[in-house]
Amino acid sequence: MHVFYGTTLANGFMLGTAQYPSPAILANAFKRSGASVATVSLRRESGQDRAGQDFWQLIKDLGVRILPNTAGCHSVKEAVTTAHMAREVFDTKWIKLEVIGEEDTLQPDVFRLVEAARILSEDGFQVFPYTTEDLVVADKLLHAGCEVLMPWGAPIGSGLGLNNIFGLRAMRAHFPDVPLVIDAGIGLPSQAAAAIEMGFDAVLLNTAVAKAGDPAAMAEAFATAIKAGQLAQAADPMEPRDMAAPSTPVIGKAFLA
Amino acid sequence: MKLQLNGASIDAQVTTLAELLVAEGFGGAKVASAVNGTFVPALARADQILNVGDAIEVLAPMQGG
Repeated sequence: MHVFYGTTLANGFMLGTAQYPSPAILANAFKRSGASVATVSLRRESGQDRAGQDFWQLIKDLGVRILPNTAGCHSVKEAVTTAHMAREVFDTKWIKLEVIGEEDTLQPDVFRLVEAARILSEDGFQVFPYTTEDLVVADKLLHAGCEVLMPWGAPIGSGLGLNNIFGLRAMRAHFPDVPLVIDAGIGLPSQAAAAIEMGFDAVLLNTAVAKAGDPAAMAEAFATAIKAGQLAQAADPMEPRDMAAPSTPVIGKAFLA
Repeated sequence: MKLQLNGASIDAQVTTLAELLVAEGFGGAKVASAVNGTFVPALARADQILNVGDAIEVLAPMQGG
């Protein structure tokens, strides 16, 4: 099940809409991805070319759930104001809350993130906070009203995958009933599959698809990997062990030495 | 009156935010607005009086990750 704030999604694939070579390629990538959520943003509009209006039509035609973000915001006020503007434009309570604290890594400023999350949650938003795997921060976000957490896998756009497997496993184990989404840093389908196998409910990615040589094919590759991860997770994977254990029965082996 | 619209200086003969948006080509567009950093809902634009030097932001759906 992929339930986020009471909304059940068909799968755990959330896909970004930025950096595609063309609108047609974006649309084709979404079609082949089967993604159930599209992330979008707000930027300054020109009264002359009104480029945002064409984009909005394209997004509506995708027929997926919209998750607007507050990308690029560094202060609580910026993020909260952007969230309000997004709620009006996209007509959704969902907001992917990003409050950036460091430019080289685009690491979230978790102190401001918690504050913004509290303000928005109290105002009726359903907040998807882009955070780290820090358990203390996660707990504060939940107390601030968040019902979903989105820890990073690695810095945004890096494609490094799951940088802190231990921390992410601990987060999954510590919050067994909280929907968790790996957001950012995933570069390959195998990394997405690994996240889902670990028990994460969804992955959110963008650059790995948009910057692939063939974005539509990569989108399908991710969709397949996520489905494999879900099947594997549901199938209750074996526990790893340090030493070998023969899979072929020893009993009945001929004495030929 | 001198205003800042999306970071650019403009001279507009308008009284309200709603009038400004129509005058600047945003009529009927899917946009959100803010004045001096404060969100102004669409329903409040007609009552939002603009003053000289106000900074207006008009945002629209855009690609995002």
